[in-house]
Amino acid sequence: MKTIYVVDGARTPFLKAQKGPGPFAASDLATQAGRALLLRQPFLPSDLDELILGCAAASPDETNIGRMVALRLGCGEKVPGWTVMRNCASGMQALDSAIANIQCGRAELILAGGVDALSRAPLLYSETMVRWFAGMMGLRTAGQKIGHFLKLKPAALFLPVIGLMKGLTDPVVGLLMGQTAENLAWKFGIDRQQMDAFAVRSHQRALAAQAAGHFDEIVPLVDDAGKIYASDDGVRADASLSGMAKLKPFFDKKYGNITAANSSQITDGAAWLILASEEAVQKWHLKPLGKIVDSQWAGLDPALMGLGPVHAATPILQRHGLGLDDIDSWELNEAFAAQVLACQAAWKSDSYCRDELGLPGALGALADEKLNVDGGAVAIGHPVGASGARIVLHLLHVLRRQKGRRGIATICIGGGLGGAMLVENTQ
Amino acid sequence: MKHWNLVKEDSGIVVATLDKAGESANILSAEVLVEFSQILDQLDLYQPKGLIIRSGKDAGFIAGADIQEFTLLDTAEKSRALVARGWDLFNRLAAVPYPTLSLVRGHCMGGGLELSLACRYILAVDEPGTKMALPEVMLGIFPGWGGMLRLPQRVGPTAAFDMMLTGKSIDAQRAKKMGLADDAVPPRVMEQAARQLVLSGQPRGKLPLLQRLLNGPLKAVVASGARKQVAKKARQEHYPAPYAIIDIWQHHHGNALAAPEIIERIISSPTARNLVRVFFLQERLKGFGKESAVKVRRVHVIGAGSMGGDIAAWCALRGLTVTLQDQSLERIAPAVQRAQKLFARRLRDPLLARAAFDRLIPDVNGDGVAHADVVIEAIFEDVAAKHALFKAVEPRLKPGALLATNTSSLKLEDLRTVLDRPDRLVGIHFFNPVAMMPLVEVVQAEGADPAMLQAACAFVRQIDKLPLPVKSAPGFLVNAVLAPYLLAAMRAVDEGLTPATVDAAMLAFGMPMGPIELADTVGLDIAMAAGQQLAGASQAPRCLQGKVAQGQLGKKSGLGFYAWRDGKAVKPAADAIPAGLAERLVQPLIERAEQLVAAGIVADADLADAGVIFGTGFAPFTGGPLNMQQASL
Repeated sequence: MKTIYVVDGARTPFLKAQKGPGPFAASDLATQAGRALLLRQPFLPSDLDELILGCAAASPDETNIGRMVALRLGCGEKVPGWTVMRNCASGMQALDSAIANIQCGRAELILAGGVDALSRAPLLYSETMVRWFAGMMGLRTAGQKIGHFLKLKPAALFLPVIGLMKGLTDPVVGLLMGQTAENLAWKFGIDRQQMDAFAVRSHQRALAAQAAGHFDEIVPLVDDAGKIYASDDGVRADASLSGMAKLKPFFDKKYGNITAANSSQITDGAAWLILASEEAVQKWHLKPLGKIVDSQWAGLDPALMGLGPVHAATPILQRHGLGLDDIDSWELNEAFAAQVLACQAAWKSDSYCRDELGLPGALGALADEKLNVDGGAVAIGHPVGASGARIVLHLLHVLRRQKGRRGIATICIGGGLGGAMLVENTQ
Repeated sequence: MKHWNLVKEDSGIVVATLDKAGESANILSAEVLVEFSQILDQLDLYQPKGLIIRSGKDAGFIAGADIQEFTLLDTAEKSRALVARGWDLFNRLAAVPYPTLSLVRGHCMGGGLELSLACRYILAVDEPGTKMALPEVMLGIFPGWGGMLRLPQRVGPTAAFDMMLTGKSIDAQRAKKMGLADDAVPPRVMEQAARQLVLSGQPRGKLPLLQRLLNGPLKAVVASGARKQVAKKARQEHYPAPYAIIDIWQHHHGNALAAPEIIERIISSPTARNLVRVFFLQERLKGFGKESAVKVRRVHVIGAGSMGGDIAAWCALRGLTVTLQDQSLERIAPAVQRAQKLFARRLRDPLLARAAFDRLIPDVNGDGVAHADVVIEAIFEDVAAKHALFKAVEPRLKPGALLATNTSSLKLEDLRTVLDRPDRLVGIHFFNPVAMMPLVEVVQAEGADPAMLQAACAFVRQIDKLPLPVKSAPGFLVNAVLAPYLLAAMRAVDEGLTPATVDAAMLAFGMPMGPIELADTVGLDIAMAAGQQLAGASQAPRCLQGKVAQGQLGKKSGLGFYAWRDGKAVKPAADAIPAGLAERLVQPLIERAEQLVAAGIVADADLADAGVIFGTGFAPFTGGPLNMQQASL
């Protein structure tokens, strides 16, 4: 196996969706972060072998956004660019696809990452309206057309389907992602207070990291009105248990526990890493941040998708003969506070580890101090396609800062999947 | 035939391709036209199903008439014959019994468009390079080969005058929309479209009723309106050609031959002679840098103020990748915003504007230096600051990269002392506003590397500006000649004239902006400093001292010699202009230009004229200050 180096990386600030479309399209985000990252390299954008971009909610005018961004970054016509989609792990999939291509010798130097501009998810016509428009097509006479107009139901016209809600609904079992998290809370007995406390901690940690300058992977954005966006804008200094307690459950209305505040935020953002082979590192005299040692994908019940990290990270630990505690730092993507707590609970559970992972007993405790030390998606946001790349990049920065050696970045994936990567600090 | 190639196709269509021998672009020289009349002779016998006229050059369709030939017109008879040559030939083309089509790809200027107008169909190829124009007015002459007759017939007099009186060019899409072209098609279908269209028998679309009335019974109304429009921009005594165009259309059916006295008056006018001269001066400037094989891809600009930021934006607009450095992103962001406005205005197509936006990269850390082919310093005018910058930048430069300064007031010889290779520093001096001013002074310090100077000229050409090589001296050429002129204007104010009267005198002289308004625009503090440095004025004009002392610095402070509102000077009415005022004020400028030529700061008088015209907008109809001086002797 070849060594896969992470040379450098950068991401945009994650911008929380406000009312209406955000200031940047997905390709704008990926372009601005990418050009800032490439600018500080000793090679030119045209020296890349390829560009791979994960994107879960592509806009209709950004088809094959990977190629589009490669061209916008000035990589030139000859550098191939492509797009991968594995829902919430699209960005991690881009890294894994880059690893595969370096491993088999197809490429030496790849820009890989993820992006999504969820604030720009479209509104769609309902099926009723689509049928009404289709019926209009064949009509010739004015009388026919007037008749057709009389059949129009105004309610259907003004009730668009929210594209984002479609994307956040499991297409096989029909549950909203938040409802799968409710399943986990029920299964492991996680209560509202625990979730809210976790969410408050995520904000506090992110806030402390901002204050300490621990997000130096962020490159600021400038919009065409000259406005600067320098940091993640979803982090709240006023996050408190009493504030959280006021929110109503969003997914299982009235009776549930998952609220907007103890879930990840709907956000726009992009994250990139540059992956290189040993040869490329030497050719360009690169100073890598670290390396990606192993990666793993796993499948599980879509209704319990939030446990994906347990199923993906465990085989990596086993392959390398490591326990939970042998890992110096963890980034476990915070889709929902309940979901992260459930992963910790699953590893502590004899029955879960035995029945679902085939282990002799519980794997153990994942210490809070090693988990998402600078906060997670609950505070920072979850621009779906970007998150998998963000946690790998941030993990490398954390390891370097804490002088740790090994880290695991892992993410749950809508549809019943988990992804994990084992990284090592090389400095 | 030497310049034309004729192919008879099986369908009975004849394709005539113009490929002027020995030139990269097609021009309608006397020889080319003679050959074309021979083609018409042949086709009288052959009677084709249709005739397609096209270009064999990559550079475009037809650039126009041979402007060199104008310079040889020393008698009224020769002028008349030149007009008759094209007028008669294109009338003959318009009268042939078979359908004709002009396939326009790339520039189609002057005589080229008049030839196209004489065809039944014009098919425009929809590419950025396709531009149609009748720019004769910019040379002080008129489109006498049928343009004044046929353009109003084809697009209506309103649109026709808009083109003929301004010389502006029309792209393929717009040409189709206004009826100038019958269709606009992408290159991939142009061959098929030309053949289908020429055989289509499709009649020409009628002009709207209003335009037909304006072309007929209401001619006088149109003509009087057009005269008023022109009068706002150009005085008849300075620029007689636009007035002649209106007269010939109104009274002579667009046929200049029916008004020989107008031909004589226009073609032999000093204005026409001088504007043709300015055209050739411009061609000369365009020739600088041709020897250099330098092809710039990446530019790094340091200093995102109004000059640096706008230079960066201009380079990105012209297709270069630009990194823009300043101390913080907050200082760069306003330049990004201005750039976005420039891109939207100039490029129109939102995809092209986005690509330009992507090419302009804020770069607080200055990482762009390492990859840049050209590095331009445009920070504030302070020797120590520039020294520190050059020291930091030089070790990071790519081998062979050009290092330039946009300084206007500091000596290059002082700035380069900290460099390991001082001979590599050149001045590339832009003028404000960057997007509007065509001239860029390329400044040669003593002992500078000639290859670097050539590369600088080539770079300036690459971004579509006009390079003027000048030697290092205070104010170079343009600012050095402006300073004594502005001082003279302010001394006239000291003598009791109002600023508005002084400005009115110079506008009447033909300047684009009065000197007092110009001083307000530049900033009176800067004018004061420049006056001391460049004009050797021991004592600044009293009016200037007063304004500066009161902090009234002109446009930037909202009050100077004028009050400024919404970026415009509020000008009171001018008093009567004293006789000879303009000549008196412009005299110091002329004398300074002569001194600079004598001192070798600029290579010769022609280049001094070119620099002053393209760098200050100095009345082009005069042919430049030194040409004017020469003519008055």
